[in-house]
Amino acid sequence: MSTSTKDTMTKELSNQAPVAESADSFVPQFDMNEIMNCMRCGFCLPACPTFRETGKEYASPRGRIALMKGIATGQLAIDQDFEDNMYLCLGCRACESACPAGVKYGRLVENARDAIETVKSMNASKTTDTQSDQTSVATAQGGSLQVAADAITANGAATGTLPLKHTVKRTAKESFVRNLVFRRIFLYPSRIEKMGTVLWAAQTLGLQKLADKTGLMRILPRSMAEMQKAVPKVASPAARRKRRTVVPPSGAASAAGVMQTAGGGAANRTRVASAATGVVTAGAATSVPAGASTGASMDGSIGSKTIRVGMFKGCVMDVMFFEANEATARVLSKAGCEVVFVEDQACCGALHAHSGEQWGALDLAKRNIAAFEKAGIDYVVNNAGGCGAALREYGHWFEGDPEWSERAKAFVAKLMDANELLAKLPEISFTKEVHARVTYQDSCHLRHGQGIWKQPRELIRQLPGVEYVELPGADQCCGSAGIYNITNFDLSMKILDDKMGKVVDTKANVIVTSNPGCLLQMRQGIIRAGLSDHVEAVHIMELLDRAL
Amino acid sequence: MDESLIRQFREIVGNTYVLDSIQERFSYSYDATPLYQSMPDLVIQPGDTEEIAAILKLASQHRIPIVSRGAGSNLSGGTVPVEGGIVLHLNRMNELMEIDTDNLTSTFQPGLVTADLHKAVEAKGLFYPPDPGSMRVSTLGGNVAECAGGMRGLKYGTTKDYVMGVQAVLPDGSVVRFGGKNAKDVAGYDITRLLVGSEGTLAVITEITAKLLPLPESTQTLVAYFRSLVDAAKTVSAIIAAKILPSSMEFLDHGTMHVVEDFSHIGLPLDMEAMLLIQQDGSTLQVEEDIERIASLCRSSGAVEVRMAATPQEGDELMTARRAALSALARVRPTTILEDATVPRAKLAEMVEQVNAIAKKYNVEICTFGHAGDGNLHPTCLTDERDKEEIERVEQAFEEIFHAAIKLGGTVTGEHGVGLAKARYLELKVGHEGLELMKRVKQAFDPLGIMNPGKMFAKDTRRRVVIGTHEHVH
Repeated sequence: MSTSTKDTMTKELSNQAPVAESADSFVPQFDMNEIMNCMRCGFCLPACPTFRETGKEYASPRGRIALMKGIATGQLAIDQDFEDNMYLCLGCRACESACPAGVKYGRLVENARDAIETVKSMNASKTTDTQSDQTSVATAQGGSLQVAADAITANGAATGTLPLKHTVKRTAKESFVRNLVFRRIFLYPSRIEKMGTVLWAAQTLGLQKLADKTGLMRILPRSMAEMQKAVPKVASPAARRKRRTVVPPSGAASAAGVMQTAGGGAANRTRVASAATGVVTAGAATSVPAGASTGASMDGSIGSKTIRVGMFKGCVMDVMFFEANEATARVLSKAGCEVVFVEDQACCGALHAHSGEQWGALDLAKRNIAAFEKAGIDYVVNNAGGCGAALREYGHWFEGDPEWSERAKAFVAKLMDANELLAKLPEISFTKEVHARVTYQDSCHLRHGQGIWKQPRELIRQLPGVEYVELPGADQCCGSAGIYNITNFDLSMKILDDKMGKVVDTKANVIVTSNPGCLLQMRQGIIRAGLSDHVEAVHIMELLDRAL
Repeated sequence: MDESLIRQFREIVGNTYVLDSIQERFSYSYDATPLYQSMPDLVIQPGDTEEIAAILKLASQHRIPIVSRGAGSNLSGGTVPVEGGIVLHLNRMNELMEIDTDNLTSTFQPGLVTADLHKAVEAKGLFYPPDPGSMRVSTLGGNVAECAGGMRGLKYGTTKDYVMGVQAVLPDGSVVRFGGKNAKDVAGYDITRLLVGSEGTLAVITEITAKLLPLPESTQTLVAYFRSLVDAAKTVSAIIAAKILPSSMEFLDHGTMHVVEDFSHIGLPLDMEAMLLIQQDGSTLQVEEDIERIASLCRSSGAVEVRMAATPQEGDELMTARRAALSALARVRPTTILEDATVPRAKLAEMVEQVNAIAKKYNVEICTFGHAGDGNLHPTCLTDERDKEEIERVEQAFEEIFHAAIKLGGTVTGEHGVGLAKARYLELKVGHEGLELMKRVKQAFDPLGIMNPGKMFAKDTRRRVVIGTHEHVH
């Protein structure tokens, strides 16, 4: 083994990868302790949609973690296979629920994607063709790979270690799209809103139908052409302007003072009590895992102040599902909360984080933390599972950052999903009957990322006139997975069609979800399965709103 | 591997099912056993017996090692391709071919997941008892190759007690079939039994016929806490002596209880030295009577506290401690080495005490839990593979544990298999002559030595933990 590789690995051990000038000497920064927590038991395999579909070990969480470890220890290079595989992952995190060792896979796959994008940026600035590099890594022979234990021990004699040549590169088209999406659009809420206005205009003027009929849609990629049919009618600029920025409580009583304890954990009660009195203390509450609060309710001994809730709107959510946000505000208000649409908030950063653009995610997170600090609220409430899971990571994202770490933790301590908060508040007296047979598709990032799955089901069951039926495999991803249904269209649609088969079996006429991506995917699934005349997909807050 | 050879394999199974890129092969370089890793030259996912026969024929011609595997969940390094060659991933062959309710048998392909068989037969009121801890992911082919055990071993035995017939492909590509649905069958050597637990060193098993039982009417759970290990062990003996055979008797020592409590906060009494989790199944009346008797035997043998589950849900909650054991232990340190030294059940307390003394002597952290009913312990070492000096001590500690088990009349592996991890210690258990006989059996099946080479029989005096293992591989 060469001395230089040995040095590289020694540096890796201390978890402090150097800033490399070229992709060749770049050592991606992985959380080795988290990687080592994977004991390779394989319990994640049956939970993983891509393993179920492909049957290949590398397309499983255990396989992907092994490959990351290979890269972190200098046994493998970041090549095209690695990139394809890391982006084949839906990021649904169902493996986290199945993992007996509690490995935080979602974070690891984000690290991997960030490493890929870093290498690509580095290789983009190089002009020489590295065609020959690809062959230089493909030399590992059977049986000759050294034991992992040797390779990651600084003084080990890892003779099988390969020369590291990270070969992934970015095409011009890819650079253009990424630049557009990550730097020019999603960092600016106003631009997303403007796109919403354009979309509204197109829909209102019938352009969408026209495009459909004239075949204009054929020039779009198949994935987007099909998806646009599922896009709901977006709110008009006039309707958007009418939004009240503060919705006062309208429930029978203000939430304060009437909450009863139903056995939440001690730490959990601390969080609620301190937050509700406005004296928000970060530290203690951040360690409470989301799952621990399941079904818990509030401590009776809190003050008499009305709970002031800051709505996290979400960028896509607020354009595509403006009404769901309005419904959330009405439901929370009915539950006794004062709801504030906090100004200057931005996209949660999930899209950036999942796509290896951690710098963008951090930028957005800072803006959100600052905006909600200013708003003087007791809770940050969101209604999109994907956003919520990303918001909950803020503490982790800023770990060790002297300026932002504590502020991020304080933000996370106040964070709640709308379902979670409603389950803690006194039961709303729903008055209108909702005649429907309802089933529920979990948002992966709400269930596997935040441990919230009982609460939405309980809320649906409370609605008068509703017949609830459980969807078999509701905890399995619907294939939406952020922008996966665009980037990996075929696999996404295969997963979706399987899902719709199960939906048909439930004979439900309403499919409820808790995330805009899933909602759009369900709408697309309804169209594909030819169920449009008798099945609809709605956000859970809209369903609750119908019963107010 | 030679491109033209790879092309021939592609012709047999189709392009999609031959994996040869570095990253693809890397993901088949390990199994669930810590510290072992080695690259295969090729990975093939065959679709049926004929394809396997063709692959083996070609492999024989070119002397290419064959390592067959299912989920790769084994704990003995049994599916790590230490000498390279081809990994046969059998997960495509996962058909449940038949549940024969007249003969009480089931016939299936090796890639079927154990828990899926459980579900299918239980839906028909039938029962396949072997329940290894990995049953939600493990495949039955792997269970048969390793002779997997589980929590119900005491009352129901292990995989070998259920396999009635097999179809297998020999290294030269010939297909053989032994046993079947006959409850009695003494036609020649019992090759069926020989293949169970053969760890892929003799043949590739391509079809299995297994015995089923009627599904017990009900199950009840009880937990008992003890101030001393000896009391817990005495209780186990007292229950057996009273002619009660519980469906499982699981045991957690003080160290394991501590770690579980730290991890999942379920309120375990940490001033206790040990706990037993006992389940009985059968007819509702019989189960109630047995559980009452077991409870009073626990108390008279020194249990400080005994709790019975009133409902199946409560039973599940009580089992949480046992189920959480491995997960909790896995979180404590980066590397978790799970062993399975086994002793006659009467020697249980003595063995646990020796494990604790050995851990102290070598200054390593070992927690012990396991199947008290059948003396099958899981001393679990919490360590860090990056610390070579500590791993050295872990290795010495385990070596001493295996010797201690043998001295107490036990064995070096109860249910995980020999594979790479115990190869060095097999002779301790079976003796020199025994080992030579086993090698001759291997020779009869696999004269070219291509079937899972490097497993079962140690080539030299390599040590248990891998650090040195690969020094001789190339």
